[in-house]
Amino acid sequence: MATTQRAGKKQRQTEQDGLTAVAEALGFDEETLRGLYRKMVLIRLFEDAAQRTFRQGKIGGYLHVYSGQEAVATGFLAAFQEGDRAITAYRDHAHALLLGSDPKAVMAELFGRGTGLVKGKGGSMHLFDVANGLWGGYGIVGGHIPLGVGMAYAERYWGSDAVVQLYLGDGAIHNAAYHEAANLAGLWGRDGLNPTLFILENNQYGMGTSVERATAMTDLAAKFDSYAIEHEKVDGMDLVAVLACAQRVTERVRETGKPYAVEALTYRLVAHGAGDFFEKYRTKEEVRTWRERDPIGLFEQKLLAAGVADEQGLGAIRDEAKQIVDEAVRFADESPEPPLEELHTDVYADAE
Amino acid sequence: MVQAPERSVTAQLTDDTRLDDGGMPQKSLVEAIHDTLLEEMRADDRIVTLGEDVGRRGGVFRVTAGFLEEFGEDRVLDTPLAESGIIGTAIGMALNGLRPVAEIQFLDFIHPAMDQIMNEAARIRYRSNNDFSCPMVIRAPFGGGVHGALYHSQSIEAVFVHTPGLKVVAPATPADAKGLLRAAIRDEDPVLFLEHKKMYRLIKGPVPEGDHDVPLGQARIAQDGTDATIVTYGMMVHEAQKAAAEVAQETGASIEVIDLRSLKPLDEWTIVESVKKTAKALVVTEANGLCSVASEVAALIGEAAFAYLDAPVMRVTAPDVPATPYSPPLEQAFMVDAEKIGAALRRLIAY
Repeated sequence: MATTQRAGKKQRQTEQDGLTAVAEALGFDEETLRGLYRKMVLIRLFEDAAQRTFRQGKIGGYLHVYSGQEAVATGFLAAFQEGDRAITAYRDHAHALLLGSDPKAVMAELFGRGTGLVKGKGGSMHLFDVANGLWGGYGIVGGHIPLGVGMAYAERYWGSDAVVQLYLGDGAIHNAAYHEAANLAGLWGRDGLNPTLFILENNQYGMGTSVERATAMTDLAAKFDSYAIEHEKVDGMDLVAVLACAQRVTERVRETGKPYAVEALTYRLVAHGAGDFFEKYRTKEEVRTWRERDPIGLFEQKLLAAGVADEQGLGAIRDEAKQIVDEAVRFADESPEPPLEELHTDVYADAE
Repeated sequence: MVQAPERSVTAQLTDDTRLDDGGMPQKSLVEAIHDTLLEEMRADDRIVTLGEDVGRRGGVFRVTAGFLEEFGEDRVLDTPLAESGIIGTAIGMALNGLRPVAEIQFLDFIHPAMDQIMNEAARIRYRSNNDFSCPMVIRAPFGGGVHGALYHSQSIEAVFVHTPGLKVVAPATPADAKGLLRAAIRDEDPVLFLEHKKMYRLIKGPVPEGDHDVPLGQARIAQDGTDATIVTYGMMVHEAQKAAAEVAQETGASIEVIDLRSLKPLDEWTIVESVKKTAKALVVTEANGLCSVASEVAALIGEAAFAYLDAPVMRVTAPDVPATPYSPPLEQAFMVDAEKIGAALRRLIAY
């Protein structure tokens, strides 16, 4: 992938200079850029389909989609290398898709089918795809943070240079598990034993409670100061900014073995859960304002302006993504339920 | 007429659980655990140990004394007082190739980590398509009788036994502490290893040298008998044997005492076969009785050996009060001991 660049004034300037300069700095060719667009569109269409089938009763329980936050995971996982790990909370479909999970298997998992990523035992919030580096989506807010920190410790214990991308939401940062784990990450990282990249996806709301109503200290990135973990913020709606930041900070963590945190300012353009039809906690005006900065729309504009793609080309990419999603839904719909024997499998290593 | 379903139990592998102690070193429980963990860490560099004061201090009960000096800070990690962090990071290490042995300083302190244990560690295999396992050991001192009162006395093992995905062991002898700790560390699933804190230095016994393994899920017949069976674990094994000796002397009854060793998996076979032989069962736990391990064992006997019983299954447990009281007489009234077990045993024999 791209050459490693240390953070410097020059590069920071490059990051601000727009698509072409960033792509050049990262060594991304035009095909790669169009591929990133395709990934974001695939996520959006996948999430749209998930919401639609949820309303049709085909997906049960709880469904939390990533619409609006695509640039964050797309940008950071572009810096993901083989052997790296990713661990996230419950808004996890995008991470699985980006890491290479088969969209059919992801959708089938949402449908609870035996062909799903984890045989229908997990569902939307609890994806797992070890082969592709997804070490789980977790349904207890904050609960996965110490796991990621422990995983990072194990990497350096064995002398690997892998990085653990640990995604957490703004709601999780007030949870005790975050504070205990961040403290340990900082402590172990002092000796180069904790290559955790904390990616704080600040979508402004922990379910229906805004950051301002959850903490008096609203600079969330600064909360990492308590644990001597360096940090920065990035515009999480702008894929180009995220790409540049992700590449730089991932390599920094890889080189130093020290944790680092990025607060990505983002916004979920849909309700917290697919079953939430009324939102009393935010205004239509606010949603509309953020929608103007839809990460997919922003990236489209940049691709067009840079001449990397034209309208027709982007349309073809959207059609292609739609086909993949349609096929995933059809596959999930036609897949069998898991056999009842699965209820009793995978409990212990030495199970009968 | 409704046919009562007979619960079937599966035979476990059995080995000779009696030790020929000729020539073996005598060790206290704490020495056996210390020595075993030390040997295991020497043999397997995947093992790390972490917890509050396990390093420089050598553990509050000195289980890891000298470990930091031998293995260094990468393998012996002094953590802050953060149980959720200790267990959660240990899970991450276990997922990623290490074999962490996490110490929770007192079982009473484990509650902040319950989310990590019950929601994450216990479920990793089930939710990950069997692609992941969580081979970790959580060591924790438990049990009362040391004037520890509210937060240094608890026996809350039933909560973990009730959690599928976990295994739970509680050795009653130094030899079993060695064998079970080796098995727990080698196990591919998370194991809670309970160490009775009153027994640490009180109980001494022969400990085999070298490879001494006690498979998880296998009870020990602490003493043979024909007239009644006592099923128990932990420190209560010793109290039960004391009671059995007194009652045997008075009545001539022959009492079998089963030391469960593993609370989960439970050695159903040994329990049921013993009760079929003796026809009378007394189940003893140091924990409070409601929904306890004793409840489960009593239910098992009812389901699998009902037709063999000559008396109702009896239980001796701590009372269902919120805590072990501090006042010595109250604590004594709370604790199960040989006297209380003996009283129940006499009623059972006379039934």
